[in-house]
Amino acid sequence: MTQIMFNFLALLVVISAIGVVVAKNVVHGAMCLLLCLVGVAGLFVALDAYLLAFVLLLVYAGAVVALFLFIVMLLDNRGDQRPGVKHLPLYARLVALVLLLAGTASFLARAHLPSPALGAAPGVGASLKLYAYQLFTTYLLPVQVIGFLLLIAMLGVIVLSRKHEVAEDAP
Amino acid sequence: MFDFFFNLPVIVQGLIKGLAVICVIFPIAGVCSMAERKVAAWIQDRPGPNRAIVPWIAWIPFVGTFLQRLGLFHVMADGGKMLFKEDSLPGHVNKFYFIAAPILAMIPALTTVTVVPFGAYLSATGEVMPLALAPLDVGMLAVFAVASLGVYSLILAGWASNSKYPFLGSVRASAQLISYELSMTLSVIPVFLWINAPGREATLGFARAVEFQSQPGLWGGAWFGFLMPVSAFIFLVALFAETNRTPFDTIESEADLVGSFHTEYGAFKWGLFFVAEYSHMIVGSAVFVLLFFGGWNPLPWVPLATLVNWLGHFLPCAHAPLFVGVLSIAIFLLKTLFMIFFFMWVRWTVPRFRYDQVMKLGWQKLLPLSIANLLFYAVAIAFIQK
Repeated sequence: MTQIMFNFLALLVVISAIGVVVAKNVVHGAMCLLLCLVGVAGLFVALDAYLLAFVLLLVYAGAVVALFLFIVMLLDNRGDQRPGVKHLPLYARLVALVLLLAGTASFLARAHLPSPALGAAPGVGASLKLYAYQLFTTYLLPVQVIGFLLLIAMLGVIVLSRKHEVAEDAP
Repeated sequence: MFDFFFNLPVIVQGLIKGLAVICVIFPIAGVCSMAERKVAAWIQDRPGPNRAIVPWIAWIPFVGTFLQRLGLFHVMADGGKMLFKEDSLPGHVNKFYFIAAPILAMIPALTTVTVVPFGAYLSATGEVMPLALAPLDVGMLAVFAVASLGVYSLILAGWASNSKYPFLGSVRASAQLISYELSMTLSVIPVFLWINAPGREATLGFARAVEFQSQPGLWGGAWFGFLMPVSAFIFLVALFAETNRTPFDTIESEADLVGSFHTEYGAFKWGLFFVAEYSHMIVGSAVFVLLFFGGWNPLPWVPLATLVNWLGHFLPCAHAPLFVGVLSIAIFLLKTLFMIFFFMWVRWTVPRFRYDQVMKLGWQKLLPLSIANLLFYAVAIAFIQK
């Protein structure tokens, strides 16, 4: 049963991930991204990492992709066709091919996780307490830095939109 | 009978349980549409729907007339209408997403039910064991996560309809749902800070919240609605906004947006949006009851176990798991249905906000209030549970 679920979800994730790249309609692409994220969340559930699965759904599927879609629809209502792969020049295609091959090669060469150790260690994403503890001890600095970065982005948005408003009222 | 059930494969058991829950939620959602009209009629002092009746029931002397006046058969007439009406597909829509949107509305609405416990039974040692399809440790997070996917059906419906009003409606919808999610999430954190007392295993599940509301003593037995009134209020307001109910139904306001994202929909596709909205209301009310109104405890300071022990003096079968289960589910459903009545009550009492008022309320009033509330309770809980 677990094997069937894994195969199904893995297939879903891979196909929808390819769909994100090749879809000509931007809305199709966003929906493929959504499907991909839901599939990854399903894989996390199959690994008993419920917390990670639902955080992924909440943050990315629930908010980020919704904002993508929102912006896409605001910018162009018809979900216009974007240039397909054919329009790329030859050298760009060659570079992409080399990058893809290099990535695959490096993955095959060294990205083997030590599986027995992984099985023995308690999953950080599985337990709520462990996850929170890691967040506030080991990863405290990155969390703070990212929080600060988001604050700057938010302030930037407020400043930019305020300026726009004043300019509109002035004349 | 029980042996037969437990001998079935696990998948079949799960399927049966899931179908049983859906078989309860779906009709309630249907009947809610009827109740909505009846409640509206009572509040506006008019009879409401009271005509439809099946002929051979009309022949029963008093009961037939009573059922007719109650408007019970309008539910069936409505369902039949939605099923048999012509399912038109306008020519200017994006067909795939137009058809996918109502289905996408149903999936999150019915998936969130799986993690919500709806009753309890007493184990052999007298402990209260919750009943749920999937009692997860991260229950609250799961509800938020899956419910937040509901926004896609609105966005896609508005976009695929390819006309102005639905599009405006769906832009409003995505903005409103995302802004109120924030205060809603912040408002429940005090509850989970309190129930994750030191020395207990960490959880975001609902069962612990109900367990904490059924302890002995003045503070233990008080429902969180009394202990954290501001949290409960913010959650309720955000719930109204998240389920697009009046006073926050600017999304589908008939007056200025002609029904907004479902303007182009008809027949059963429209019905699916309708049922999804009521399912969201049911699950939202259930979560509210679990977190702030004691779950399956009958009264504040009277936990379920006390009631069962008291009933045990009169009824010999009071401690049977089946009896306690049905009793707790009945109490829980009654509270949830009262919450749905409350939704309707507010709908016919409070006028609709303007859209800019909705945004202002969400970002400038509710969000600071929920952050202040969270800080206050975080400090207070740190002192109390030291």
